[in-house]
Amino acid sequence: MTGGAPMTGPTNGPMTERRTVLDVRGLTVRLPDGADRRHAVEDVSLTVGAGEIVCIVGESGSGKSVTAFTVMGLLPKQQLRPVAGQILFEGADLLTKSAAELRAMRGERLSMIFQEPMTALNPVMTVGDQIGEVLDIHTSLDRGEREQRVLEIMDLVRLPDPKAMLNAYPHQLSGGQRQRIMIACALVLDPALLIADEPTTALDVTTQAQILKLIKEMQERRGTGVLFITHDFGVVADIADRVVVMQRGRVVESGTADEILRRPSHPYTQMLIGSVPSLHPPARAPLHHAPVALETRGLGKTYGGGGFFRKDRTVKAATDVNLVVRKGETLGIVGESGSGKSTVARCVVRLIDPTEGEIYLHDAEVAKLSASLLRKHRKRVQIVFQDPYRSLNPRQTVAESIIEGPMNFGVSRADALAKARELMTLVGLEPDAVDRYPHQFSGGQRQRICIARALAMEPDVLIADEAVSALDVSVQAQVLELLDDVRKRFNLAVLFITHDLRVAAQICDRIMVMHKGKVVEEGSTAEVFANPREDYTKALFDAAPGRGYEFGGVRAAE
Amino acid sequence: MTEQTSSAGSRRRSGPWSLLAGHPIGIIGAAVMIVVVAAAILAPLLGTSDPIALNPVNRLKHPSELFWLGTDMYGRDVWSRVVYGARVSLTVGVSAAALSVVFGLLIGMVAGYVRWLDGIVMRVMDGLMAIPGILLAIALVSLSGASIVTVIIAITIPEIPRVVRLVRSVVLSVREEPYVEAAISVATPVTKILRKHILPNTIPPLIVQATYVCASAMLTESFLSFLGAGTPPEVPSWGNMMAEGRLFFPLAPWIVLFPGVALALTILAVNVLGDALRDKLDPKLARRI
Repeated sequence: MTGGAPMTGPTNGPMTERRTVLDVRGLTVRLPDGADRRHAVEDVSLTVGAGEIVCIVGESGSGKSVTAFTVMGLLPKQQLRPVAGQILFEGADLLTKSAAELRAMRGERLSMIFQEPMTALNPVMTVGDQIGEVLDIHTSLDRGEREQRVLEIMDLVRLPDPKAMLNAYPHQLSGGQRQRIMIACALVLDPALLIADEPTTALDVTTQAQILKLIKEMQERRGTGVLFITHDFGVVADIADRVVVMQRGRVVESGTADEILRRPSHPYTQMLIGSVPSLHPPARAPLHHAPVALETRGLGKTYGGGGFFRKDRTVKAATDVNLVVRKGETLGIVGESGSGKSTVARCVVRLIDPTEGEIYLHDAEVAKLSASLLRKHRKRVQIVFQDPYRSLNPRQTVAESIIEGPMNFGVSRADALAKARELMTLVGLEPDAVDRYPHQFSGGQRQRICIARALAMEPDVLIADEAVSALDVSVQAQVLELLDDVRKRFNLAVLFITHDLRVAAQICDRIMVMHKGKVVEEGSTAEVFANPREDYTKALFDAAPGRGYEFGGVRAAE
Repeated sequence: MTEQTSSAGSRRRSGPWSLLAGHPIGIIGAAVMIVVVAAAILAPLLGTSDPIALNPVNRLKHPSELFWLGTDMYGRDVWSRVVYGARVSLTVGVSAAALSVVFGLLIGMVAGYVRWLDGIVMRVMDGLMAIPGILLAIALVSLSGASIVTVIIAITIPEIPRVVRLVRSVVLSVREEPYVEAAISVATPVTKILRKHILPNTIPPLIVQATYVCASAMLTESFLSFLGAGTPPEVPSWGNMMAEGRLFFPLAPWIVLFPGVALALTILAVNVLGDALRDKLDPKLARRI
């Protein structure tokens, strides 16, 4: 990553007439009968000019991906049928093209990159062959020319040592390198239009910043039109020339990036942008005197090494982690994937056994306790997980999930149920909803239920392991508010694990930055955000998308 | 936030028959199985004569109005024997399926959840899997004599490891689910976690596996009987009938033909039913094949 200059400035290009590459007019795609609405997308119109990046932003279910897939002709035709409108690509309507005609255009004139580069690449083919395959299908180059073209494009997408990497398999590359290969595949034939469907969502922030830069660079150099699908306003701020905001299948607002981000006119856009947490932490009073609820000393977890027949490779997931969380305080652990932040959380809850160090809950040391001795300490620490769709047993009612813990500690069923209903109200749900099954709730509601389940144990420490990361931004803001609310109400010590600096800035009193299993920096949130000391922390902050824009406002009113 | 309402709630509760809706071949399989089960239960009513009564006067009679499927070399009525044979096949098939599922479930849950036992249990299972069912049956018969119970045991033992592997793999993936971890963090005892959170996930693939065990057990039983290592010769089983009739095949092909057809149809029906259930209960597996 290069220095701290924010990657803004997409708007300073003059909006002169560009050749229009893609012109979607009144597109309507029908959903199968029995869906929650009639049309997946309805009357959607947008244009993408040559050399222009147009972002479609929207929350889940907004129809942004359906729009992209319709343009590519990749819709499952039996379930999703375009019923009205036109997709004019270089003047010709794609909706009237035959499957064979579309196939000939895909890859050559229009191409697509996907969210998850691991599943989009063929695991049993070398990456060189996968790029070469695109050339084989659309051109008749001989072997030498083909390899030359492949090496050129690999060099262009900034892959280190393309010659050596030619024969690598996808699993041998990092996530960022895989996404570069995907981009190489998509751009090798110089298409007029590139569709990017959340291409950086699965990547770490530092990698994301590099990939965004690459897409922008490639697009500028080659004059490609880019239709970029994302849910992240930070990414929009970094990359978009123009923005199309979608909600429930309709375009609610469109305009230049600057207009939409700074002066949104539609209430939905205003709400969305208002929900994006600010990167500037609000002032928080330090809590030096509150009693310590959770403390770890020299906590470490090493995986592997226990091979019976051979020596296993060992991985130090976390080493020498010392943390203190006081009552009523939120400590954030931020870091990228593989930094060891979740390992720490799981060790504290004793879902995995730490290999070194001590964990103190008040005065009790629990790191090495056996299962039976640990039992009575279990209720003191509760955890809320990332994935709201897998955190509740789909086969039992919400009530059963919430009362399971208290009943393990001898609370009668009737009392536990009464408590469960009370907690449902507390987390903002109908008490009668306890008799429903998890699939009857939305993601945000399920996360509320998980918080209720944790609170049912009356814990001292609440661990939120990426608890809001899977949620849409508007829902995320509400769940964050709920977490902060229960922290105050029950004077909880909260250990908040996240990769999202914006979220960390808003909810944490203090933060710890982890990198490769080690704590690299620690301090009050305001201090660390204002003056990061370590190089890694600086790089991490520089990579945060949308640094040039001040979003938020929802929590500023507090 | 727009909310999903309870529209999807009613889909969960539905009878076992809706499982086969939209799967015509599965319905045919189920219909054939119903006929076979009915024949087995109602055998005394359906059989036109005693299946083991010898009647040398009527030996090797062609199929006729009196003897619907003809008679064998001892003058026994082939129709009655085929109908009674369904009892043997079903008893063996269903018992072997039930026993292997019960033992396989218990062992598989332990192997999947108690990590330190996993290695030991699975190596023992690998060992069991290496024993050919036929060999085990011949050994057991020579030790304790031919009986249906011996046959069932001989068929069940080599099937158990397959069920164990299936259950273990389900347990291994489900134990990583956050809802299981949430149960651990609220101090739910292991037995309750296994019963409430993990066991229900093993049921759909087990139902499918049970049908395959059932079909292969019926085939193995016939095979063993044909070799003379299965059910005692006086019991009218399809395998026994084919074994006895094979010498007379040029003269009286019906003695071998009809039990053979019954066996083939029944096994086909069970397998087709299993495939249909698999498509419904375990869509991921169906797509892979």
